[in-house]
This record gives sequence, C-alpha cells and structure tokens, in this order.
Amino acid sequence: MEHIINLFIRSIFVDNMIFSFFLGMCSFLAVSKNVKTSLGLGLAVTFVLVITVPVDYLLQTKVLGPNCLMEGVDLSYLSFILFIAVIAGITQIVEMAVEKYSPSLYGALGIFLPLIAVNCAIMGASLFMQQRIGLDPASTQYIGSVWDSIAYAFGSGLGWTLAIVSMGAVREKMQYCDVPKPLQGLGITFITVGLMAMAMMCFSGIKL
Amino acid sequence: MSLFSKQNKKVFTEPLNINNPIMVQVLGICSSLAVTSQLKPAIVMGLAVTIITAFSNVIISLIRNTIPNRIRIIVQLVVVAALVTIVSQILKAVAYDVSVQLSVYVGLIITNCILMGRLEAFAMTNKPWPSFLDGIGNGLGYAMILVIVGAFREFFGRGSLLGFQIIPKSVCDAGWNNGMMTMPAMALILLGCVIWIHRAYFVKDDK
Repeated sequence: MEHIINLFIRSIFVDNMIFSFFLGMCSFLAVSKNVKTSLGLGLAVTFVLVITVPVDYLLQTKVLGPNCLMEGVDLSYLSFILFIAVIAGITQIVEMAVEKYSPSLYGALGIFLPLIAVNCAIMGASLFMQQRIGLDPASTQYIGSVWDSIAYAFGSGLGWTLAIVSMGAVREKMQYCDVPKPLQGLGITFITVGLMAMAMMCFSGIKL
Repeated sequence: MSLFSKQNKKVFTEPLNINNPIMVQVLGICSSLAVTSQLKPAIVMGLAVTIITAFSNVIISLIRNTIPNRIRIIVQLVVVAALVTIVSQILKAVAYDVSVQLSVYVGLIITNCILMGRLEAFAMTNKPWPSFLDGIGNGLGYAMILVIVGAFREFFGRGSLLGFQIIPKSVCDAGWNNGMMTMPAMALILLGCVIWIHRAYFVKDDK
C-alpha cells in the first residue's frame, strides 16, 4: 500500500509527464489556450491512461515478456505495434462509450478524444511501464502489479492535467502582456513552460 | 515530371527553413526536447526520424488509393510502428549504448506528430517520389533543430562536443559546467530562444 501511494505521488510531481519527460507536448501546446478546454483534455488523457496502461501491463507480463507464451520465447520486440494498436482501439471504444452514455461529456471533450490515440503521453506511459517492470522492487518507480500500474497511470494523468491547466491559466493572463513580436505565440510559451519546469524541479528533492 | 523539378526542390527545401516542422508547424516537440542533452543521441535520433519519415511517406503514398478513408489512421499507425520496430532493433544491434540513452524515445517516434502530420498532409495526396523528398526534408529540418539544441546543451553543460572535451577540464571544474543546461527546463527555454531568433530573422510575412 505504501508503495502504491509513493508511486502515485512520485508520478504526479517528480516524474511529471510534461515537465520532466516532455510527453504529450504537441497537444499540450496546441490546446492550452484556456483553462476550460485544458481541463477537458487533461481529464480525457487521464481517463484513457488509466484504462490502457493496465491493459498494456497485462499484455507485457502475460503475453509478450520472456517465457510467457512459450519457454524461451521473448516477444517484447512486438510491443510497439501491440501497444499502439491497444491505444488506438481503446480510444475508439472509449469514444463510442462516452458518446452513448454521456453525450454531455462527449460534447465537452469533442475532437480531443480521437486525438489522444497519437498523444505521446499515453504511448510514453506504456513504454515507461514496460521499462519499470524490470527495475529493482525496492525502488519507488517499480511497477510490479496491476494496482501499481493503475496508480502510475492515474498519477501521470493527474500530473499532465495539472500541467496543462496551469499552462492554460498562465496563457489566459498572458494575452494582456506586451510580448516582443517574434516571441509571440510559440516562443514565449516555450519559455514559460521552461520556467514552470524549473519550478517543478524543486519537487525532485522529495524523499519517498 | 523530372526527378528534381522546381516543385520537388521546393518540397525538399521548404521544411529546412520557412516551413520547419518544429519551429513553424509545431510538430514533434516531445522527442526533440528529451534527447538533446548531448549531441550524439540528438544526431542519431534525427537520422532515425528522417529515415522513418521518408519510408513511411513512400509506403503510405504507394498504397494511398487502396486505404479506406475510415481506417486510414490505424493503417498509418501500423506502417509507422513496423518501421520503428525495425529501426529500434537495428539501433540495439549496431549502437547499443545510444539506444539505451534514447530509451523510450525511440518507441515514441511512433507517436511523433511529424510522422502522422506529414502522412496526413502530404503522403495521402501525393506520388511516392515527392513524398520521399518531403519525408527527407522534414526529417532533416527536425534533425537540424535537434543538433543545434543538442550542441548548445552539451557545450555549455559539459564543455564537450560528441563526447570530446573541448573546454579544458580545469576550466570546467572552475565553473564552466552549467548543470542547469543538462536539466529538462533549459531545453524548453533554449528551444524558445531558437524559435525567437528564427521568427525575427527569417519569417518576414508576419501579420
């Protein structure tokens, strides 16, 4: 239990998807123009992460890993294709389910749902999860069960949401600032994210 | 149409400067920041992306008329994923230490927006040869930014380039080494500055 909480806190603040691994940058930059849409996309990403990462975990440990299907067979080189197929499939299913059972949420998330299939944060979380299965069990980053993988996915999703919502808030305020012309838009956004990442670095001193 | 007609040349050279995938189209930011703490992985990553973009462009362009429109995204993803798997296996065999340094970011080429962006915007509507040039051009435009940011970060962070010590060790210990440069935050700020300079000097037709 303690390990799960540690992993959860760590994946929100220390191993933050945006500020320390730059995952999901593309949609992060494109969508973070205001708080409301940012929150919608953040929630959608968290939702898909919590479903896909445990599925990929089971695939990795029950099918792809060394000696899983057959003695002496290691299929992990197939993981890229399988993981992306799982992500694309689940995004599609989630989209259909949300459309059927909660039209209001579907309206709010709108075009973001299909975009998530190519969001690096989802694929990145699955690949990090694959890497962390092989870590030392004493490490706080170790993922050794389905529950660990759910905690990791949920924490990463919340971390991503936190990042995009705060960025959205900063950009709303920034509209009233006098930014040099060549720096407007993308340039100043990058520098702002850099400064935010610097602030987030102080969490890396937390001992978990 | 000849091999290097004026139009093809434009397709090839535009992404290097005025239509650069990172600075102007804002594609493929994630990996460009994460692998640039040193020059060597930046170069390898740039080459890998160039090769994958070029070949996936050719493949998709060859089969573009047979792909049903509804499932095109998944077809594109599978083609890209297969190419990335091949490249990652080759990297593991030929340059193991670099592939360890790149870690998950090789796999993340699949979700690199440059690939999907170029496939959707160019390869789906163009013939194989222009698509190939477009892929190479965009890949090189991406590699160029990676190399610039990577060189800056390695030079100011460690005083070396490609692993060779350029600034003498004693100067490094006396305070040349700027640990901040190797941190993620500086990658973002450096890229912001690169975009700033590029916009100020090259993009004239601003509103």
